[in-house]
Parts: sequence; structure tokens; C-alpha cells
Amino acid sequence: MSASPAQLDRLAYRRHQTLLSVLVAAASTLVLGVLLVVAVTGAPGWDRVRESFLDPAVARESLPDVLRGLWLNIRLLFFCAIGALTLGLVIALLRTLRGPVFFPVRLLATGYTYTFRGLPLIIVLYVMTLGLPGLRLQGMPSTLVLGGTALVITYSGYLAEVFRAGIESVHPSQLAAARSLGLTYRQTMRFVVLPQAVRRVAPPLLNDTVALQKDVGLVSLAGPIDAVRAAQIHTAETFNYTPYIVAGVLFVLLAAPLIAVTDWVTLRAARRQS
Amino acid sequence: MTVLSCHGVRKVFGDQVVLDGLDLDVSEHEVVALIGASGSGKSTLLRCVNLLEELDDGTIHLDGEHITDPRVDPDKVRQRIGIVFQAYNLFPHMTVLENVTLAPVRVHGVPRTAARAQALEWLGRVGLADKAYAYPDRLSGGQQQRVAIVRALVNSPRLLLLDEVTSALDPELVGEVLSMIRDLKSDGVTMVLATHEMGFARQVADRVCFLDGGRVLEQGPPEQVFAEPAEARTRQFLSRIIEAGRL
Repeated sequence: MSASPAQLDRLAYRRHQTLLSVLVAAASTLVLGVLLVVAVTGAPGWDRVRESFLDPAVARESLPDVLRGLWLNIRLLFFCAIGALTLGLVIALLRTLRGPVFFPVRLLATGYTYTFRGLPLIIVLYVMTLGLPGLRLQGMPSTLVLGGTALVITYSGYLAEVFRAGIESVHPSQLAAARSLGLTYRQTMRFVVLPQAVRRVAPPLLNDTVALQKDVGLVSLAGPIDAVRAAQIHTAETFNYTPYIVAGVLFVLLAAPLIAVTDWVTLRAARRQS
Repeated sequence: MTVLSCHGVRKVFGDQVVLDGLDLDVSEHEVVALIGASGSGKSTLLRCVNLLEELDDGTIHLDGEHITDPRVDPDKVRQRIGIVFQAYNLFPHMTVLENVTLAPVRVHGVPRTAARAQALEWLGRVGLADKAYAYPDRLSGGQQQRVAIVRALVNSPRLLLLDEVTSALDPELVGEVLSMIRDLKSDGVTMVLATHEMGFARQVADRVCFLDGGRVLEQGPPEQVFAEPAEARTRQFLSRIIEAGRL
């Protein structure tokens, strides 16, 4: 069956409109780009800024050290993300337990989320990396492990609340359906509530992981050299800020895939809702 | 043989008395329809029987066992009772087959392959074999409700509770669910159903109970309750239903 003249006309009109909007977008992007370049490079101090922030020689020289530092960031991110997600989920589950036996557990879990969401990360870091070793106990782990633990403690407080929001967003009728089939509370959580809850809060969970990626570098306050700290050391030697730009670009590149995944998951979740 | 026996059941929400000393006995293979105005406690009674609500007084026995004794494990009781809800309550993150096999595998310890075969057989019987691997949101309301009924039935419950199972359905989808319930009756499944479908209650029920003021005000065979109601409240209720064109 062939389309009616009216439908053909509609299709032709839409094609024309699409072409037009692509051309307009290209033109406006070009104009804005040229304006930005002219404004920045035409500024009176542009040459001095270029020398101290965008020196190719300095960039090349600092790159190996900054990369070494970034490797530390990546390793820390990997283990801290797993640790914080796991601990966060456990705390969220403890907060949802009902019954008088679990009162102290609930109280502890609630206190935990209140305390570590309120306490600045840097203070937790100092207490863990400088305070704890001061006790001179046997078998004290390395500064890196202690710093990582501080990150896990702080971030699990946030992630626990995200998980809890997800758990509470599952409609009570789902619980009723599961319990009426004879599933226990634990089975209901595991097979019915959590799968739905985690899917729903995946975007904010990943969002917090992106934030964690930038905060893992703070362990350098206690000694270990991450990418930003490596850049700082180079800058202190040369009085040239290019290493910071190098580190910054690497951080953005590292975050890009994680952010892309977050966007994709969010989009998929939105599609599912409709 | 008496499967279900409710005695003096009382349930209060805040200062609203929903069930006020209700008595009800259901024999094996019997189909009992609960009718009554919205808020007369039909759904609440079903939820109490399934221990989803706690009683404020009275007792409920299932096969002679006192199930509202607080020392009884409610999970064990619910394994013997199936319930189907007005809004289906299928698990949206599971396929139809996963919905149906969850309880047999996790609760009743049926091997996975056996549970799948049994589920597929049931789905075939109700004409949903081709939907086994679909997610609930791809199904029509009538199909979802039939899956929900199958999900309850695969566990071979002693008692099946149906809570307004057609109230959320488009009129043209009501028939397929009702004909499924009619088949269950001929299979001898013991059922208690809360319903607004008077025509259906008349066809399928062995006994109709009219709930009013938190009690069974009047009960009997459908032809008696619908044709010559003894109580004024029942007559009033039925005449309103007739006015609305639902009988």
C-alpha cells in the first residue's frame, strides 16, 4: 500500500525541517567557537598564561609522574567503590530491619549515616591516617589502606541513604505479593525488593561513584602521591602550572566513561518507566 | 470438611471498625463469594486470612490449625494459601515464567526444571504459553491477572483467595479471567472471592455472603440471596447495584 499524498507531503516537510536544524546547529556552534577563541587568545595576558599553563615541554616532562599518580587514583577508586557500595548496602538493609531485637542495630546504622554524612571527609582522613597509627598497635595497615578506609566509611554513609531510598520506593504491594507466596523477609528482600530498588537508584549510585573518583586523591594529604599531588610537586619545582592541566585532562578522560555509563543507565531507567 | 473457619474476627483501623465479630466457615471444594459495599471489609477479611493483617480479636483456623496464634510461623501458613490481588502485583523485574516459578523453587524446594515444566503446563492451560518469557508490562491486564492466578495456583494451595480480581480490568478483559476462575471451580479448588461482579458471583459461587457492619449479615445460595434477600440492607445494596446496571 502506498502512502497518501498528504503523508508524502508531511514526510518531505519533516526531512526539510531536519536538514534545516542541522545546518543552524552547525552554524551557531562555529560562531560561538570562533568568538571564544578570539576572546581568550586576544586577551592582554594570553601569552603569559599560555607559557605557565600550556607549556608542551613541561607537560611532556611531568606526564610520567602524573600518570603514576593517576594509577594510584584508579586502584583506590576500584577498591573504595566496591567497599563503599557493599558497606552502604549492608547499612541500608540494617536500617530497614523491623522488630525489637534489631533496635540497637537500627540505632547504630542510623547513627552511622548521620555521623559520616555530616563529618567532613578530610577530618575522617586525618583521624584514620594520622590518629590511628599513633596508637602504635601491632599490624597497623599502610597509610594507603587507612586512607582508603576513610573514604569507604564516608561514602558508604551517602550510598546507604541512596540504597534506602531505593528500598523504600518499592511499593508495599510487592512485599505483600512476595510474603503471600510464603517467601521469608530475607527472600523477599533478595528476590523481589533489592533487584527493583538497585535498578531504580543505579543513576544516583553511579553519580556518587564519579564524585568518589575525584575524592580518592585526598589520601595524598597523608603522604601517598596521587595525580594531583604529583602535579603539585612538579609545579613546585618549575613554577609552571602545566602539570595541573595535564592531571585535570586525565581526570576528565577517566571520568568520561563512568559518566557515559551513568547517562546510559539513567536513560534506560527513564524508558522503562514509560 | 472445613478448610477455613473464622470466628469473631475483629479488625480496627484507627477508630474505624472494619470487621466486628465476623464468623465464616468454608468447606473443601466450596466457592464463597463475599459481596458488600466498598469499605465493608471484604478485602480486609482476605488479608487477615492470609496473615497480611493482624487481628484485633477472634480466631482463624485453617484445616483445623489455629493460624492466628502468634506462635505460628506466618510464612508456613501463607505457603498453604494463595491470594490474588486486584492490581495483580506481578514482579515487574521478572519474566512471567520467573514470576510463576519463584515460590515453587525458593519456598517449596521444587527442582528448577520440574518447576519450569509445571509452570509452562499451567501457562499453556490458560493460553499464555507464548508469554512465558515476556515481562509483565508487555501483557494486557487480563493476561497479567491470569499469570497472577497461575502464580498462586502452582503452589497447590489449600485455599485460594481472590480479592476483586476483575475490578482493575477493562470490561472486555473481564471475561477471560472469569472463565479461568470457572475452570478452577470445576477442578475443585476451594475459593473465597471478594467481588463486585454480581452476575459472576451468581454463576460461580456455591454461597454468597453479604458483608455489612463488619459482619456477614446474610448468606445463602446465590439464587436465594439475589432473588429473595431477607434483610433490608441486602435489598438496599442490591437495588443500588441494579440501578448501576451491574446485575
